[in-house]
Amino acid sequence: MGKMVFHCDGDRCIECNACVTACKNENEVPWGINRRRVVTLNDGVPGEKSISVACMHCSDAPCVNVCPTNVIYHTEDGVVLHNKDGCIGCGYCFYACPFGAPQYPQEGNFGSRGKMDKCTFCAGGPEEANSAEEFNKYGRNRLAEGKLPLCAEMCSTKALIAGDADEIADIFRQRVVERGFDSGGYGFQQKFGQQSGGGPRAGQKL
Amino acid sequence: MTLRRFLPMVLALVFLFGTLAPAAAQDVRPPGATAEAQQTEAGPPPGSAGQIIASPPDTMNYPYISGLWSDIVDGETGYVSIPDERAGRLIQTQGMEWLSWRNDELRRWSSYGVAAMLIALGGFFAVKGRIKVDSGLSGRLIQRFKPHEVIGHWVTAGSFLLLALTGIWLLYGRPLLLPVMGQDAYALSAEISKYMHNFGGFVFMAGLLYIFVMWVRHNIWDRYDWNWIRQAGGFLSKHSHPPADKFNFGQKTVFWMVVILGGLLSLSGLNLLMPFWFVDSIEAMQYAQIIHAALGMLMFAAILAHIYIGSVGMQAAFRAMSTGWVDLNWAREHHSVWVDKYLAGNNPERKGPKTPPPDEGHVEPKAAE
Repeated sequence: MGKMVFHCDGDRCIECNACVTACKNENEVPWGINRRRVVTLNDGVPGEKSISVACMHCSDAPCVNVCPTNVIYHTEDGVVLHNKDGCIGCGYCFYACPFGAPQYPQEGNFGSRGKMDKCTFCAGGPEEANSAEEFNKYGRNRLAEGKLPLCAEMCSTKALIAGDADEIADIFRQRVVERGFDSGGYGFQQKFGQQSGGGPRAGQKL
Repeated sequence: MTLRRFLPMVLALVFLFGTLAPAAAQDVRPPGATAEAQQTEAGPPPGSAGQIIASPPDTMNYPYISGLWSDIVDGETGYVSIPDERAGRLIQTQGMEWLSWRNDELRRWSSYGVAAMLIALGGFFAVKGRIKVDSGLSGRLIQRFKPHEVIGHWVTAGSFLLLALTGIWLLYGRPLLLPVMGQDAYALSAEISKYMHNFGGFVFMAGLLYIFVMWVRHNIWDRYDWNWIRQAGGFLSKHSHPPADKFNFGQKTVFWMVVILGGLLSLSGLNLLMPFWFVDSIEAMQYAQIIHAALGMLMFAAILAHIYIGSVGMQAAFRAMSTGWVDLNWAREHHSVWVDKYLAGNNPERKGPKTPPPDEGHVEPKAAE
């Protein structure tokens, strides 16, 4: 059983926002909602990094934990999906999510929320795969067609990659070794086994 | 930066092919396989170009972003090209804390609080029983609350009970109701609850404002209150009835509790109802949710005592809020100062109708216990 993940390589992302646009188009995401976004740190100064962010499809997902109606669930591929029929738009998954992935279309008076919408890893929802109903609610179900999420598939620099966690880890490890440095993200040492003597030299400029 | 890495790579390549060239010239094997075979025999020099090793080399460099990591987990906001500037926030970690507060602490302590209040009220009832009118019912009614006061009370009270019920429905639904009702039925009930909670809030706020304006002048500290507190309102001893004006200190406590907690609930509730209208950070929204739910449960527990003493806890008390007309002897025992003013005719409450509704006058004496 695989575990689907996204990985965005901060050293490759060029902030072209093609992933954002591809996602919006492929899934016909409603106005005001960005399932994926590109955040640029240190914009315009040396050390600028861009990173594309969407739902991380956490294994121990806080949104799954908090949902009052318990409609957020994991698929067999480790993708976090939700059933919009049971969503009441309380906003709690947005409060719990560390990455700001769940969003709500504004519906009704004041700021009251409609049904939650978030990245589905292009895996649709609980409805029958590729049915019209599923498409209207959640967008394309590319996983059922044997394809990966479009944002990752069409990333021009291959900064954003998606797929099985082990394969993604292999690809990224190979990249890191070839270029001789990594993004410095938390967990890199734990994941890839940095050997003794080194340790991250925080703040060091290359 | 790139140049510094590129140069050694070129040099390494030149060196590699430079050493292999003589060997290739004398080899009978096809040229394509030569370099490969040669490399395998000799073993590639570590770190040479094109080679992939299993783990990062000792010379691994960590670029500038590693210094940013602590900033990112602390909520560093970057630039986004989409209109929602809050989306520039990469990570918010407080959500995990909020989650355990909302799912564990809030559920646990709220249920303890409500249970403690129910046990206390049950114990009080078991010990004291129903508080009776000592001097018996007179059969003569006087008007304690005018219809607009009764309506103001019930608008606030009814909407509060609706809000408490729907709020509890959402807070405890997943562990308690969902397994019983099933996913679809509970989701529907939760959605209805959410809408009733959202719109009921405005009814509550209107009622709250109304009773505040209507009763605040009766709920200011007066000279009878200290005596009332010292006698514990007469609750602990028999036949003890400390004098009080229109509201005694216990009722004043309930009034200010409702005004203050209700006001805070209204403010935090409006903040939750209109996300990010009044605050900018998600942390503020999380605090608002916890404060709203905690104060709501606190107020619910406190109101249980008010409901108890206004209904089963005290004989003839409920009439004050059902018809607004109360028995004279009941009024004398609990609001003697107010009764004196009332009977002397210098009470503003006197301006209403002079007689009770005809069908009400004879009900209470018959029901006398």
